[in-house]
Amino acid sequence: MRYPIDPFTPAVELAAAPAIEACGLVKVYGETRALDGVDLTVRRGQVFGFLGPNGAGKTTTIRILATLTRPDGGTARVLGSDVMSEANAIRARVAVTGQFASLDDDLTGYENLVVIGRLRGLSRAASRERADELLAAFDLAGSAGRPVSGYSGGMRRRLDIGASLIVTPDLLFLDEPTTGMDPRSQVQVWELVRQTAAAGTTVLLTTQYLEEADQLADQIAVIEHGRIVGAGTSAQLKARVGSGTLHVRLLDGEQRSQGQAVLAGTLESPVQFGPDPLTLSVPLTAPADPADTGRLVGHAMTRLAEARVAVAEVTLGQPSLHEAFLALTGHPASPAAADHQATNP
Amino acid sequence: MSTPTATTSPARPEAHRLNGLLAPSGPPRHAGALAASATFGWRALLKIKHEPKQLTDVIAIPVVFTVLFTYIFGGAIGGTPGHYLTTLLPGTLVMGITACTMYGGARLAQDVTTGVFDRFRSLPVWRGALVLGGLLSDAGRYLLAAAIVVTLGVIIGYRPDGGAPGVIAAVALVVAFGLALSWVFAAIALLVRDPATVMSLGLVVTIPPTFASNIFVQPRTMPGWLQAFVKVNPISHLAEAARDLMNNTSGAGGPAAWSLIATAAITLVFAPITLHLYSKQW
Repeated sequence: MRYPIDPFTPAVELAAAPAIEACGLVKVYGETRALDGVDLTVRRGQVFGFLGPNGAGKTTTIRILATLTRPDGGTARVLGSDVMSEANAIRARVAVTGQFASLDDDLTGYENLVVIGRLRGLSRAASRERADELLAAFDLAGSAGRPVSGYSGGMRRRLDIGASLIVTPDLLFLDEPTTGMDPRSQVQVWELVRQTAAAGTTVLLTTQYLEEADQLADQIAVIEHGRIVGAGTSAQLKARVGSGTLHVRLLDGEQRSQGQAVLAGTLESPVQFGPDPLTLSVPLTAPADPADTGRLVGHAMTRLAEARVAVAEVTLGQPSLHEAFLALTGHPASPAAADHQATNP
Repeated sequence: MSTPTATTSPARPEAHRLNGLLAPSGPPRHAGALAASATFGWRALLKIKHEPKQLTDVIAIPVVFTVLFTYIFGGAIGGTPGHYLTTLLPGTLVMGITACTMYGGARLAQDVTTGVFDRFRSLPVWRGALVLGGLLSDAGRYLLAAAIVVTLGVIIGYRPDGGAPGVIAAVALVVAFGLALSWVFAAIALLVRDPATVMSLGLVVTIPPTFASNIFVQPRTMPGWLQAFVKVNPISHLAEAARDLMNNTSGAGGPAAWSLIATAAITLVFAPITLHLYSKQW
């Protein structure tokens, strides 16, 4: 079954189609709506970060887009082809590295890659050559002849990504590529992602780590309970939380409640106790003129001094992606963040 | 592999390594159905190479059956072991291969429940290739089992009157039947998705028909209902056909024809069921 549109769609138009266009994806497992109407557009050449906590629907979305699972509702086109009716056209041009290593434990690293190369339609000689090149590039040449069962987690993940690059894909799915990795392997994988993207491959990666999304992704979508709760660049997502957060550290913890009352009265924002007994934090609502932020803070400091609350340290920071994430996923960092989410469905 | 330098300056550890490796690979290609099946068959052989103990069953079962049954029952039933071998050895061939048929299914159940299956499914290859590749490697295992039974038989005194052509024809018939059973166990594997369950179901499915046949004894002394079963049991026909071919006693070739019909029937029923179940896992 093919959509009648395809034979008439010029190749040029297909080439210009977005890498991913998903509309209203729904997937139901028993009583759980794993995906509850996911819309997603990923342009060609982007590194797209799909950010969300465990069980939010990241893996399900990737599996649908990579033609491993059928959606129960909605449509998705990947590289211009429909995931339901043109799965093989998609499979020929995408590669997936799943969250759990999709490797043959009994086979050596080299054999794993050669098998994939053969299945990708490379000749025997080309498969062997490509396997050798990738093993060398991924720092695995020394272990090429050993069964994968003896590999460390980082080695397995590198080999798994290598298996996805046997034939350079137009679109690469990476499901939590660095979960559980030591920092060195993590940096290696990040570098791989950057190089893959620089070579022209579109990358969709899922992650639970804000730093990873911040480091790698041109665009980020935040998913929670099967719904996209926010999308944009890292800077745009941060901006949605407010203009910044004021952190005040007091000299004396006894004065914290007093300081909280003064700041709440001055800044007209809810004031939170920080993680240690001396700090207070206040999300600032953006004033009409950003230049006024400093005056607001100065005014608040004056009022604290008048109330004889001793201040040790004051910082005004851009909201972190962490704060944006909490605000967007409904685990509010503050009541203000909860309100924010309510007004931004 | 990790060097102190790489640990202290982790930035861009492979910055230059991938250069040129990620060039666009040209128009998308994919392996044809046969090439993909052959690759999966090769993969199964590689697994045997790394885990030779996978062959324990294929080697041990024929050896044990041939030697044990010849010397335990041989004198009691057929007079001398040499005489009994004429009847028993073709039957042992059938039994030795039948008893190995569930291992391919167990391996398939293993494959479809591990992460590597996702990798295979994400490739643009014919869906049945993994099953067919498994069958190719099964054929290799059955041929090995057959070679062991025949070689061992000749060593302990069996002289096939059918000569090499007769033996080859018998082996081909039995291997074809084994492959038909491979489809059955592949279907079971896709239904239960657990290697251990496939193995135990395999024993339940293969042991009774193997013994309730004419492999060891002629059914004259059995109760009537059992005789009736032995007569329709495809394994009886297969053993009879193997005897006829190996001992050159074939009359009209009736048993061989029945065996071929049974093989074709089982394959025609279970191959589509297996491929259907397989595409549902997809």
